[in-house]
Amino acid sequence: MPAPISATTTPAPDDAPPPATMVEVRDFSFYYGAKQVLHSINLQIPEKQVTAFIGPSGCGKTTLLRNLNRMNDLIDGIRHDGDILLDGTSLYDPSVEVISLRKRVGMVFQKYNPFPKSIYENVVFPLRVAGRNGRAELDEVVERSLRSAALWDEVKDRLGESAYGLSGGQQQRLCIARAIANRPQILLMDEPCAALDPVATLKIEELMHDLKKEFTIVIVTHNMHQATRVSDYTAFFYLGKLIEYDRTAKLFSHPGNPQTEAYISGLFS
Amino acid sequence: MPAPISTPPLRPLRKSPPGEAQVWLTALGLTLGVTMVVGLLVLILVRGLVVFWPQHVTEFTLREGAASAIQGKTNVAGEVVRTQWRRDGGGEEVQLHIGNKDIYGFNFHWLQSLDIVSRHQPADIIAIERLEYGDAFGRPLALVSTDADPLPATDPAFRTRLTAAVQAAASVRHQITQIEKHDIGRINRQMTSLARAQKSTPQPDFPALQAALQAEYETLAARARDLRATLSTPSLQYKSPTGDEKSVTAGEIVRFYFPNELGLTGRIGIFFDRLWEFFSEEPREANTEGGIFPAIFGTFVMTVLMSLLVTPLGVIAAIYLREYASQGVIVRTVRICVNNLAGVPSIVFGVFGLGFFVYVLGSRVDQTFFASSLPTPTFGTGGILWASLTLALMTLPVVIVATEEALSAVPRGVREAALACGASKWQMIQRVVLPSAAPGVLTGVILAMARGAGEVAPLMLVGVVKLAPSLPIDGLFPFIHPERKFMHLGFHIYDLGFQSPDSEAAKPMVFATTLLLIGLVVLMNLTAILIRNHLRRKYAASTF
Repeated sequence: MPAPISATTTPAPDDAPPPATMVEVRDFSFYYGAKQVLHSINLQIPEKQVTAFIGPSGCGKTTLLRNLNRMNDLIDGIRHDGDILLDGTSLYDPSVEVISLRKRVGMVFQKYNPFPKSIYENVVFPLRVAGRNGRAELDEVVERSLRSAALWDEVKDRLGESAYGLSGGQQQRLCIARAIANRPQILLMDEPCAALDPVATLKIEELMHDLKKEFTIVIVTHNMHQATRVSDYTAFFYLGKLIEYDRTAKLFSHPGNPQTEAYISGLFS
Repeated sequence: MPAPISTPPLRPLRKSPPGEAQVWLTALGLTLGVTMVVGLLVLILVRGLVVFWPQHVTEFTLREGAASAIQGKTNVAGEVVRTQWRRDGGGEEVQLHIGNKDIYGFNFHWLQSLDIVSRHQPADIIAIERLEYGDAFGRPLALVSTDADPLPATDPAFRTRLTAAVQAAASVRHQITQIEKHDIGRINRQMTSLARAQKSTPQPDFPALQAALQAEYETLAARARDLRATLSTPSLQYKSPTGDEKSVTAGEIVRFYFPNELGLTGRIGIFFDRLWEFFSEEPREANTEGGIFPAIFGTFVMTVLMSLLVTPLGVIAAIYLREYASQGVIVRTVRICVNNLAGVPSIVFGVFGLGFFVYVLGSRVDQTFFASSLPTPTFGTGGILWASLTLALMTLPVVIVATEEALSAVPRGVREAALACGASKWQMIQRVVLPSAAPGVLTGVILAMARGAGEVAPLMLVGVVKLAPSLPIDGLFPFIHPERKFMHLGFHIYDLGFQSPDSEAAKPMVFATTLLLIGLVVLMNLTAILIRNHLRRKYAASTF
């Protein structure tokens, strides 16, 4: 299984100049009530690259991801220190409207979650809520997004049918098409293949490789093989701390920290 | 040292494994419930449909001086209603529907079996359903008309002539109704509005207009009078089983048949004819005869109106409670109060409806918009709008609770997806959460409809009447009349069964009306269930 993927994946060479920073996490700590789940994270996510967050369950990687589009705002009793900057602007600046932030930062969830609507309406949902209802524009967005999500050929004849009629892998790709419909800068993916079979996983991984030409991708994954296959940069988290962050090739071949080495060699999970 | 692994012996299969008795108990509970419901339905179905089936008419010959004879006559005829043993040991007794209320003064009579000498079912007995005094049974003598010789019943053309006469009279009656209800009704309304306009801004040509309308009225009234006069001939002469000679005009006859020579197809024909009359006609004879169409229509309109009022109200309230309000002590208290509202006796809602909707809101509306017709109230009296609002209030808790449940069942993933797409909270609720919750909301509406449609007590205070002159929706501008009083099947049942002067005659109608009410509720619920299933398929939740 990994063979065809490594053929399509071309990690940046070690000596390439570092790409521009899209998101900067500065000394960021996060609390659920009294419980601190992130400890002073410092991280720079590069533009138009795939950055993977890995680490054992409960290490805070999903929490950090969900802070990048302030999805954690929905939870009561949260608190944070430090800052996260998108293109140099703080996400937590009081003048930033969270809706406008989410229009720039799309998200794909662990469990595919299409809306109880037609395939077409699922894809155009971000445009509709933004008040863009022009038929021609919507048609164009649907085709472009579904093509980007490698789903167009499979569903182009049944755009009016319910999204729930699709297979799991198709539904997840539909969710990706929906997330990129409004052309966000960043695409957050929270274990996007956790609920999928290996064939569907393969398709999504191939897709990410194409998508990174346009979008900055941040992916949370439990699967270290997946991290090596799809990502350019990898951040290893453990107990709410960022242990190591480096180019994927380097982190997996020459980990700089014994905890990273223990994790990637499967000593704990 | 770890505890040793327990190894209970493998026993042979027992005849009743533990817990089997409880299974029987649950089955027993279900059986009991189903039996009671099915029993009730069958009882209502049988007793309700039997009303329309034409029965045989039996003629009894009684012994001389029988105590149970009518007017001392030794003959009596009627439909046998039931036979029972007397509690005091006096033998068997037979209840007869003897009809001919104009002669005897009563419709039903008990005969003692000991008095009966013989019984037979003569073919020449005619059953006449009349507009007044109910049924008549007897032997036809002749068809008498003013412009021709009497046609004796033995003449072969007698039955066809009688049928033709009854049909002709029915069409004349229809014309009269048209003139009186439609044309004269229109003139009346024009006169009222003219008088009202005169009150606010006097017009110089008012007397002329009024006179013109009056003249038109006179012509129409004269035409109705002339038509009515033609109904007095021909008339059917018949002889009652006890020997009285009577006559009834063709215009008074709704339907006639010869019950003892009727074949099966004839009986089925009359059965459906009567059933259709019951569905489509207006009531006669203090509601004990004729149809109940206005009550069906009133119940339907009221229930639909109630659903239209309660659904948005309940859904909006539930959205605020579940989605926006912070879930603290106050919200919990409100929720408990809403749930307890469902337990308030319905008559209390009726009193509230009368006090608030009718007396406060209604009189305000009258003062503001219908001041010219005061002191006659328009909205300041019971009406279908106030009744629907009262019931909507009563069924509100059901809708709120069901909607809240449905909202909380919408998966978190879908909500997060909507927010992650840049939707505001309201957009998320409106575009994603509500469609997903729609089937659950409809379940609440179905329950509310079932409760509201069968409710009687509050309606008696806010607009239901024994006999409504017109329907709440008709062909007159503005077509929907929310201020009108209306008839209701549930109230009709109460009225027939407990307020009617002849409860024995009304009893079969009670069953038939009950059957219809149940049928109507089932029909409306089925419609809602079909819509819900359609929505469920459309918004079939994925495997969350």
